[in-house]
This record gives sequence, C-alpha cells and structure tokens, in this order.
Amino acid sequence: MVKNKGSDVGVHNKYSIIIPTYNERLNIALIVFLVFKHLRDVDFEIIVVDDGSPDGTQDIVKQLQNVYGEDRILLRARPRKLGLGTAYIHGLKHASGEFVVIMDADLSHHPKYLPSFIRKQNETGANIVTGTRYVKDGGVHGWNLMRKLTSRGANVLAQTLLWPGVSDLTGSFRLYQKSVLDDVIKSCVSKGYVFQMEMIVRASRKNYHIEEVPITFVDRVFGSSKLGGSEIVEYLKGLVYLLLTT
Amino acid sequence: MKHIQKIVSLLVTISACWIGLLKASIIPHSYTWLLPIYLIVSLGCYGLLMVGYGLMIFPTCPKEAELLQKDIMEAKEFFKQRGVDVDSD
Ligand SMILES: Nc1nc2c(ncn2[C@@H]2O[C@H](COP(=O)(O)OP(=O)(O)O)[C@@H](O)[C@H]2O)c(=O)[nH]1
Ligand SMILES: [Mg+2]
Repeated sequence: MVKNKGSDVGVHNKYSIIIPTYNERLNIALIVFLVFKHLRDVDFEIIVVDDGSPDGTQDIVKQLQNVYGEDRILLRARPRKLGLGTAYIHGLKHASGEFVVIMDADLSHHPKYLPSFIRKQNETGANIVTGTRYVKDGGVHGWNLMRKLTSRGANVLAQTLLWPGVSDLTGSFRLYQKSVLDDVIKSCVSKGYVFQMEMIVRASRKNYHIEEVPITFVDRVFGSSKLGGSEIVEYLKGLVYLLLTT
Repeated sequence: MKHIQKIVSLLVTISACWIGLLKASIIPHSYTWLLPIYLIVSLGCYGLLMVGYGLMIFPTCPKEAELLQKDIMEAKEFFKQRGVDVDSD
C-alpha cells in the first residue's frame, strides 16, 4: 500500500470545516486565509455559523465568498446568539463532507494543523481525531499561572474520576467522521465548554476509535472571549453530571 | 454500566478487603484502622503531585505566537490586495 504523505493527504474525501463565530470580524478572514493556505489539494468547504454578530462578521464572510467562491465558504447564519452547542448542530445540518472539522474562529486553533489531523485519520482509520495541548510538540501560549493551575487541576480531576482515555478533554479542535459526530452530538446536552468534554467522553464510552495529534494553542489576539463567568463551578457541575450519566 | 457505578464498586471492593483484614487480624488492629486514612492522604498527595508536576512541565510555545503574527501580516496583505476590508478593529 502507498502511504499518504505531504501534499496528497485526504485526496479522496471531502471535509466540512464548521466555524462558529460571534464578533469575529477580523479573525474569520484570517482563519479562512490560513485554511486555504494549508489545505491546497484537499476537497473542503468552510461552514461559518454566525449568530447575528453586531460587528459585521457576516459582511466580511460575504466578501470572503467573493474571493474564494460561495461553494467553498458557506454562511449559515442564525438571527441571534443561541450558544455554541446548537451552533455545531446547525452547521452540521449543512455539511456535505464525509468528515467534519470543528474549530474556533479566534486563531487559537491554527489551520496549519489540519493536514496532521487528516493524515492521522488516514493512517489509523480513526472515528475521531482530537487535538491535544498537553503532549510533546503541543503547548499553550499566553496563559498566566492562575489559568495554568486551573487547567491542570481540572485535567487531573477529570482524568482521575472519568478515565476518558484522552489527554485533553476541553480542547475543541477535532476531526470527526460525519456519521459519528451525528451520533455523538445527539446524546449531548451540556452547554459551554463542558459540551466539548461531554462529546469526547460520550464518544469514548461508545467505544469509538479516538486518536490524538499535538496542537499548540495561542490565546486569542483579536476580539474577546465569550465564555467566562463562573467557569469553575460550571466545570465541576459538568464533571458530576458526566460521572452520573456516562 | 454508568461510570459512577464502576467507581462505587471499586470503593466497595476496597472496603471489603479492609473489613476482611480487620476480621482476620493478620496485622495488628491499630494499623488496620489507620489504613483508610493512609489511602485518603496518599490520594490527596497523588493529586497535588500530578498538578504540581503538570505545572512544572506545562508545555509553552512562545515561538508559535511570533509565527502567528507573521501569518496575520501575510493574510492582511493578501486581503488588502483583494479589497477585503480587514483594517478596522
Ligand atoms: N455562533 C456562535 N459562536 C459562538 C458563540 N459563543 C462563542 N462562539 C464562538 O466559539 C468560538 C470559541 O469562543 P471563545 O469566546 O474563543 O471561547 P474560549 O476560547 O473558551 O474563550 C469562537 O469562534 C467564538 O466566536 C455563540 O453563542 N454562537
Ligand atoms: Mg478562544
């Protein structure tokens, strides 16, 4: 068998890249540019799910459609901010690829890693490939000590209690087989970033084949984070919920 | 089986072993009584050590932030030529 490498990764499949946005006017342009730069020979579409951003994100997306084509960039907007979990479901309805990538718009998830997700999937036949920051060649930039401490604490707690089988539970840069995502997303009810954790834990319990690739995570440069508030309390509630229901 | 049930059955097994030890009195009772406390303390230590170790080896990537800046410049240049409005922010 000929091994896939370099430029001929994923030549036979179509990939749908779902990017939820809320006030990401500048970031969405940058990320679209970088996706096209790093996936030259791959058949893909970008599905932007914008929740009526007041900053004109949708205007920029329309300008991007003029540059790259309306068949490559799909704008599937919703009238108002309805939350991240349902944004994925909405985007998924319009996905036509056999594989779906989910990533944030804020450049914390760099498109240069997309080929390694695709290659890993080709090599292993995995149902899900998930990006992890906590291994060799992975990493985080721009977090203070407090944020690192919280992140480590949260991870140790989850690893000890849930035995999830993946090293980075809350990272949300992932590639799914579309049918698998359809199946997993149906059984998830959480909101916020507990949602990401629920997705991967449920997938792991359903015995889907999950592989990991290292990614680096640079904290957002432009715009502001939409999560926040009592994140730690939400996280603990999520943990208990997953303990009881998975 | 729900995950909580796995954890509970693990705990039950451990308690059963402990009660067995207590009944069989292979080792002195005063030691056996302390065992659960040792277990809890060592679990706590394990957690703290893992968090501390994780913090010590926390992988960072300052290079990536610089590379990203270059990517941003490149993208902005490209869009400026195409007339996509990426300046205002
Ligand atoms: N469509 C939609 N996108 C959202 C919503 N909330 C957040 N996002 C997007 O989801 C991604 C992650 O959000 P972010 O604020 O960066 O979360 P953080 O990285 O955890 O701080 C970004 O691309 C946001 O624009 C929402 O309610 N609707
Ligand atoms: Mg972010």
